[in-house]
Amino acid sequence: MTQLDDIIIDVRGLTFYRGERAIFRDVDIQVPRGKITAIMGPSGTGKTTLLKLIGGQLKPDSGEILLDGQNVPSLGRRALFRIRERMGMLFQSGALFTDMSVYENVAFPLRVHTRLPEEMVRDLVLMKLQAVGLRGARDLMPSELSGGMARRVALARAIALDPDVLMYDEPFTGQDPIAMGVLVNLIKRLNEATGHTSIIVSHDIQETMGIADHIYILADGGVIAQGSPEQLMAENSPQVKQFIDGLPDGPVPFHFPADDYQSDLMLGLNNG
Amino acid sequence: MVELIAATGRAGLNRVAAFGRAAIFLMQSLVARPAPLQMLPLLLRQIYVVGVQSLIIIIVSGLFIGMVLGLQGYTILVAYGSEQAVGQMVALSLVRELAPVVTALLFAGRAGSALTAEIGLMKATEQLASLEMIGVDPLRRIVAPRFWAGFLCLPILSAVFALVGVYGGALVGVEWLGIYEGSFWANMQNSVDFFDDVLNGCIKAVVFGFVVTWIAVYQGYDSVPTSEGISQATTRTVVYASLAVLGLDFVLTALMFGDL
Ligand SMILES: Nc1ncnc2c1ncn2[C@@H]1O[C@H](COP(=O)(O)OP(=O)(O)O)[C@@H](O)[C@H]1O
Ligand SMILES: [Mg+2]
Repeated sequence: MTQLDDIIIDVRGLTFYRGERAIFRDVDIQVPRGKITAIMGPSGTGKTTLLKLIGGQLKPDSGEILLDGQNVPSLGRRALFRIRERMGMLFQSGALFTDMSVYENVAFPLRVHTRLPEEMVRDLVLMKLQAVGLRGARDLMPSELSGGMARRVALARAIALDPDVLMYDEPFTGQDPIAMGVLVNLIKRLNEATGHTSIIVSHDIQETMGIADHIYILADGGVIAQGSPEQLMAENSPQVKQFIDGLPDGPVPFHFPADDYQSDLMLGLNNG
Repeated sequence: MVELIAATGRAGLNRVAAFGRAAIFLMQSLVARPAPLQMLPLLLRQIYVVGVQSLIIIIVSGLFIGMVLGLQGYTILVAYGSEQAVGQMVALSLVRELAPVVTALLFAGRAGSALTAEIGLMKATEQLASLEMIGVDPLRRIVAPRFWAGFLCLPILSAVFALVGVYGGALVGVEWLGIYEGSFWANMQNSVDFFDDVLNGCIKAVVFGFVVTWIAVYQGYDSVPTSEGISQATTRTVVYASLAVLGLDFVLTALMFGDL
């Protein structure tokens, strides 16, 4: 265990069910301020769900999610919308508003939350677009962007209000190696330049290990390991080794729980 | 047998629960009425999409239905020598029934399905979720202007339908079949009552506008965010909205004209 002193997000005893299935069972996660924290784990373990819980879009069945001491699940609608001004979220699909240009997408949070004059909005938008290298694409529509560009525009929109916490859902998935490298650098650079806290959800081990200060590995409804990248590399538990080395099968099963394969096949024969 | 009863009960409960969710959803959208200044451009844009773009289909359908009514009315009434009453028949059937009902059905197919698909797709592409994360209530920003636009436009479209329909009836009756123009219009004027007919027709159109748009935006918002889910939601919008319109039309007609 590393000593984490300045915690911005403190998740305590989080339990969350989807129907009968427990996605999280009594999970504790601490996110240090100003650092890059990665949440890793195989698909379907609930990484996106965790971000939605932090953002207050889902309510846990029990447990607390404290953002600077405020318990997000217990906030009313209005307080929740206010606290979200402090959070930026980069969705897996980018989620740009398809009826607005790149410029208007980035300007949107500014127009909603501030009463800045138009020239100021313009300067801020161009600064954010410059930061992601897409100032020249301001007049394009989202449908005219490549996947990597769309994600960078979404990033510019997410940082428009200079949030304290920036959450990235699978930022590297489906990117070609160059776009991926660009994004990795961008996330690292933005984190250093603005000092916000970053939470990256990912299953891309190499890229995430490269930039994260602290890593949580989720599986089976709980945290199976945490620590700095070096600590995790040195970890000996077979579950963690399987995940980090990318082995297809091991303690974390490749198969979704099912009946015995052979008897399942026989069943088809008998019935047919 | 017990299972059948249990399943029926469960389905019934699910329906009631869905209806409750839809009611809460509507309340939240309506209470979440945004500041007029922000609302106006969004509302105008939706009125354009939902209303103005539905005009063509409404005008064309109204014209044809009015012409058919004129033709049918003439062939029936001429046997009794009372073909001057065609104007009255066309106007009454349009104003009381056909304009609100057919407009609502066309509206459900033309605009309602589009609303559902649009909102469903916004949900599937996480646009609604990202609005929430930006701190904007999607009920305010997306649902409310669409709801109000549909609610306002359907009565107007219905009025347009009735006007064009009457014109279509006159086209066939007067221009083509040669009914005396004076008695065609005079009969119509004498028999159509503002309160009994026009106002009741308007009430129907308002009720249908409310119900059809409600169903459309709710189905979009509640859809399963996959291609299949959206296609099912779109189908449900058209089916539920059409059934609701026809059912409500009977109830409203019974209330309005039942004691004649
Ligand atoms: N809207 C939903 N309804 C029911 N189950 C869901 C829903 N969204 C996600 N799940 C389930 O919750 C689990 C966690 O999903 P998710 O958080 O998206 O996983 P990850 O992002 O780690 O791949 C998955 O098994 C998924 O099937
Ligand atoms: Mg995910």
